[in-house]
Amino acid sequence: MTIVIFEREEQIKMSDVIEIRWHGRGGQGAKTAAILLAEAASRVGKYIQGFPEYGPERMGAPVTAYTRIGDKPIRIHANILEPDIVVILDPTLIRATDVASGVSENGIFIINTIESPAVMRKKLNLKGGRVFTVDANNISLETIGRVIPNTPLMGALIKVAEVIPYDDFLKIMKEEFEKKFKSRPEVVEGNIKAMERAYQEVKGE
Amino acid sequence: MNKKVALTGNEAVALSMKQINPDVVAAYPITPQTEIVQFFSSFVANGQVDTEFVTVESEHSAMSATVGASAAGARAMTATSANGLALMWEVVYIAASNRLPIVMPVVNRALSAPINIHCDHSDTMGARDSGWIQLYSENSQEAYDNMIQAVRIAEHPDVLLPVMVMMDGFIISHGLENLEVMDDESVKDFVGTYKPDHYLLDIENPITMGPLALFDFYFEVKRQQAEAMKNAKDVILDVAKEYKDLSGREYGLFESYKLDDAEIAIVVMSSAAGTGKYVVDKLREEGKKAGLLKLRVFRPFPHKEIAEALKHIKALAVMDRAESFSDFGGPLFAPIRSALFDVKNDIKVVDYIYGLGGRDIVPPHIEKVFNDLEEIKETGKYDKLVNYLGVRE
Amino acid sequence: MNKKHEKVIAPDVGWRNVTRAGIIPTAGNAEYYETGGWRTKKPVWIEDKCIHCLLCWRFCPDSSVIAEDGKFGRFDYEHCKGCGICVNVCPSDAIDFIDEGETSEGRNDGE
Repeated sequence: MTIVIFEREEQIKMSDVIEIRWHGRGGQGAKTAAILLAEAASRVGKYIQGFPEYGPERMGAPVTAYTRIGDKPIRIHANILEPDIVVILDPTLIRATDVASGVSENGIFIINTIESPAVMRKKLNLKGGRVFTVDANNISLETIGRVIPNTPLMGALIKVAEVIPYDDFLKIMKEEFEKKFKSRPEVVEGNIKAMERAYQEVKGE
Repeated sequence: MNKKVALTGNEAVALSMKQINPDVVAAYPITPQTEIVQFFSSFVANGQVDTEFVTVESEHSAMSATVGASAAGARAMTATSANGLALMWEVVYIAASNRLPIVMPVVNRALSAPINIHCDHSDTMGARDSGWIQLYSENSQEAYDNMIQAVRIAEHPDVLLPVMVMMDGFIISHGLENLEVMDDESVKDFVGTYKPDHYLLDIENPITMGPLALFDFYFEVKRQQAEAMKNAKDVILDVAKEYKDLSGREYGLFESYKLDDAEIAIVVMSSAAGTGKYVVDKLREEGKKAGLLKLRVFRPFPHKEIAEALKHIKALAVMDRAESFSDFGGPLFAPIRSALFDVKNDIKVVDYIYGLGGRDIVPPHIEKVFNDLEEIKETGKYDKLVNYLGVRE
Repeated sequence: MNKKHEKVIAPDVGWRNVTRAGIIPTAGNAEYYETGGWRTKKPVWIEDKCIHCLLCWRFCPDSSVIAEDGKFGRFDYEHCKGCGICVNVCPSDAIDFIDEGETSEGRNDGE
């Protein structure tokens, strides 16, 4: 499957499925992001899976969630061991969890942080791979009014690796948010702005 | 008619129940099934179904209420998992023995102890002698389709037995996947109206249900019940044919995947079958003659058809997601091996117990199984009859 | 409190060495499971309003109010889940209930 990586046409993987692993803490929206992205991809005709890894799920507890996106039906039912893309909603998890587990030399990290990609590369102790960062906390605070990093990170992900076309993505997300926040159009606006800003502001090495 | 959607297993099953629109649903929560009755309760609250929704204080009561409703003449359902199924155990047998066509989704979860919320098949395997028809679903598509077909299977006059529809806890129940769903009218027409011939609220033809029957009558009643389970096999196939005409999706007693010219194969149920097919394809590319049999109907156990499908295999591994503690493998191993006994083809059959308590099963695990089968095929000998896949040694 | 269970129930223990039935060979080990990270709001003691009635201590469902010499001592922030019951039962408004940061980067529990 060929997708655009940060404005360069590239083959991301030999097989036909993009595998994304999300790391967050309960309440930050890792599970919602994994499922929403899968739903959005399914609306443009992709085959998908979106699922969380369940432990004692509570606010603050580490949460891992997964998304698979492909052009053919996905039959495998197992956790993602070798993700192509790792999204980190909370960088304090870098100490708590092995967020880089199974990531190859060509793997992509998208991290919610104020630090630069170079600093995060050091923190992650990475040899290969590519690191992208975006200050999702601040973006969401300014656009949505509270710290909820998942929406901006989804925007950043689409910029880094266009798993589905950006315009389709925004359109579908708008529909989803309008359904979810029927009586609060400012929340819908805020979330869309958050995604657009992160799309613009995400930076890589 | 068919609409492409993305739903979790629980959403798909709740949707099927909405479209079936049963008369009564008895509800009690247990992870990972809770969402089914929870989503259904919002359909009730929104007036999208005509169902009488009965919230009870335990699973024992949930099945009791369902049995009562069904005996009264209603199309009745409930849902459960793991220890919830275990708590309703005596009433589960009563439902089948009273020949009540109840349909119940069971989201497979490991039985305690230790307390575990994740997937294995110990719960429904524990109910395999209860007299219920048992259908295992690989993914949300199958869970949705099995639920709808289950109503017709259960209510068929030659059957009149309750049906359990299984899907793997969390893996399928909480996993979002693509599937096709039908419109409300099509499902409504397919399941039709429940027309019981004997029911307690029939005041024109009053009956007594659930009598005492000692050594003078019990055996005859049971023998008749066994005949109904025998009839179920053909009914399942007939309903599947009708369902194919409606939905375009085909179902049988099991799925034979690249089995025709296979020399080594595995028998597997539920979500791991998907992973198994992925591995079979990989091995086929490497020139190995690998195949897979995904069993859908566990009760009744289609031993003749299974023997026919596997009679040419040289080395076979049964994948069990439950332990029978028989010191002779899991609950799928024994009947498969027994079914192949009459084939007299010297097929080597071994057991792999995997995934207990939700232990992840990944392609490398299944590749190892096929490697072992290659070895067995070459040497004609196996190392261990019962193996444990993915446990820390 | 000794943590001898850590040896026999290590994350990589094999089936031969795990304890029988998964029995944990110590008691009171709930203390090691730090649930403070679950909070979104946090109770804060207002000393000059406190009358030391110990109602908060009595009602806390998580044993997260520590009493000392029959008086209010401190909140156990490693275990307090921020349910707010103490705030609710305090008769003298001596407990403030403030927002915790959304991520651990924003946590202000003194760590």
